[in-house]
Amino acid sequence: MTISTLLDSASELTDSTSSKTAIVLMTRVRLARNLSGQPFPGWARPAQRDLILDKCQKAVTSISPLKRGLSLSVNELSELEKLNLVERHLISRELSGSTQGSGVIISRDQTFSVMVNEEDHLRIQVLRSGFHLKKAWNQIDDLDSALEEALDFAFSPSLGYLTACPTNLGTGLRASAMMHLPALVISSQMEKVVRAVNQLGMVVRGLFGEGSDASGSIFQISNQMTLGETEEDIIKRLSSVLQSIVEHEMNARQKLIETDSGKLFDKLGRAYGILQNSHLLTSGEAMNLLSLVRLGVDLKMYPESCRSIIDRLFIEAQPGHLQYAQKGACDPQQRDFLRAAKLRTEFANVTKPDFSVSASDKN
Amino acid sequence: MNSPLKCDFCVNSATVHLTQIVNNKVHKVDLCEECAQKKGVTDPSGFSLADLLLKASLNPEKALTGTRCPKCNFTQPDFKKTGRFGCPSCYETFKDMLDAMLDGMHKGTTHVGKVPKLALTRKSLYERLTKLETGLTEAVKSERYEEAARFRDEINEVKQSAAPKLEEKR
Repeated sequence: MTISTLLDSASELTDSTSSKTAIVLMTRVRLARNLSGQPFPGWARPAQRDLILDKCQKAVTSISPLKRGLSLSVNELSELEKLNLVERHLISRELSGSTQGSGVIISRDQTFSVMVNEEDHLRIQVLRSGFHLKKAWNQIDDLDSALEEALDFAFSPSLGYLTACPTNLGTGLRASAMMHLPALVISSQMEKVVRAVNQLGMVVRGLFGEGSDASGSIFQISNQMTLGETEEDIIKRLSSVLQSIVEHEMNARQKLIETDSGKLFDKLGRAYGILQNSHLLTSGEAMNLLSLVRLGVDLKMYPESCRSIIDRLFIEAQPGHLQYAQKGACDPQQRDFLRAAKLRTEFANVTKPDFSVSASDKN
Repeated sequence: MNSPLKCDFCVNSATVHLTQIVNNKVHKVDLCEECAQKKGVTDPSGFSLADLLLKASLNPEKALTGTRCPKCNFTQPDFKKTGRFGCPSCYETFKDMLDAMLDGMHKGTTHVGKVPKLALTRKSLYERLTKLETGLTEAVKSERYEEAARFRDEINEVKQSAAPKLEEKR
């Protein structure tokens, strides 16, 4: 398997239609692990990093979900390939920026990825579309236990798994969900939600993690604390927070339809018009329009079949994917032309929104 | 009046004072306008409070500047710069600094989650073997042959039991 077959093939995020859900687009769980007795990647000398990379690659590629996967060194990837992997959430921006002695191993179905020598020696990740925290945790738990047979992890009985940054200490577990919250954004309630979520020890970020914006009304919500709580409890607590955000979003949607349907329908209708007819679209605007149409699907104004198209486009309308499809880098304005053209084609056959929905058949 | 509060991140005076309650604990961070912008405090779509607290808790006056990690040569100023440790042993070396940081950063200060049972079993077996082998060498050197024989038997025993032990989950 090569990087181009990987990028050309169906992935969990872009093509899984089985578990599409309203509001929770995808769930992700990652574990931070380090080898005992070795300096952390940020402090290791280049030769040490290479040794660690080699050791980890051997161990990771010997276990089942990753055996037939793709093992890559970051320095053998082009900028465009790295950007595509970032847009698919398979590697982090930090890893894509590293120059030497780091790598990633990705399973064929692109649900598992293990980054080597990012902030920690190992960042193990499981990614599932839809709301599947428990399942993702069980899968990553098994993978971690299998890795333990080959690698000695840095562990202290009192502090747990030792990580480069003390914010990941203990379980090394970060679980997150990508949530689509357009009604909370439209009704200006997001700030309140962020505050409440922060108070519960959870963090809200944009689509691509720390420092990214929340275009498309997509937010990433994850646990902040990793020490002093079991993995199961972290997952349970996060699940209940996510569940209550889902309920708030549902209520906000209901309320919008009851009190402000004209404004809402206008937004949804305009999105449809622009997607079918525009010739220049920035990725931010495209995300926002797609986001509105997805809301329309949830409200049964567009056919359900639209959902998987939108979820695929959330990724394929990103700069890296556009350029990759075009087989070469191009400047932002050219990209905006390409993006608009792609969206016009994709939405050419989507039927007009049905504005006859009433407030009663929403949930 | 007291001198104006300094920003937790730079030398400017602080104009943004952030108080947040996480798990019923009050956390205060003081920032200058510029650092507040940089850290995204003014951005309602979220910023990492833990990150802020982490750096802010590193009071430079209390710095153990002289201490070096015996394993990897890491120092506290290095941590101040990067926010990350040098190697797993740093957690022992900078224990005092860590204790101050961990207070309030997490739900607790003691790990209660998953334990790498296999690796720990392997480690304790390895440590026992090393100890026995040292004992054996010493015994031979000082010509205590009866003792040496006991060490040898025990080593064989441990080695034989090691293989199945690594398979079974305790």
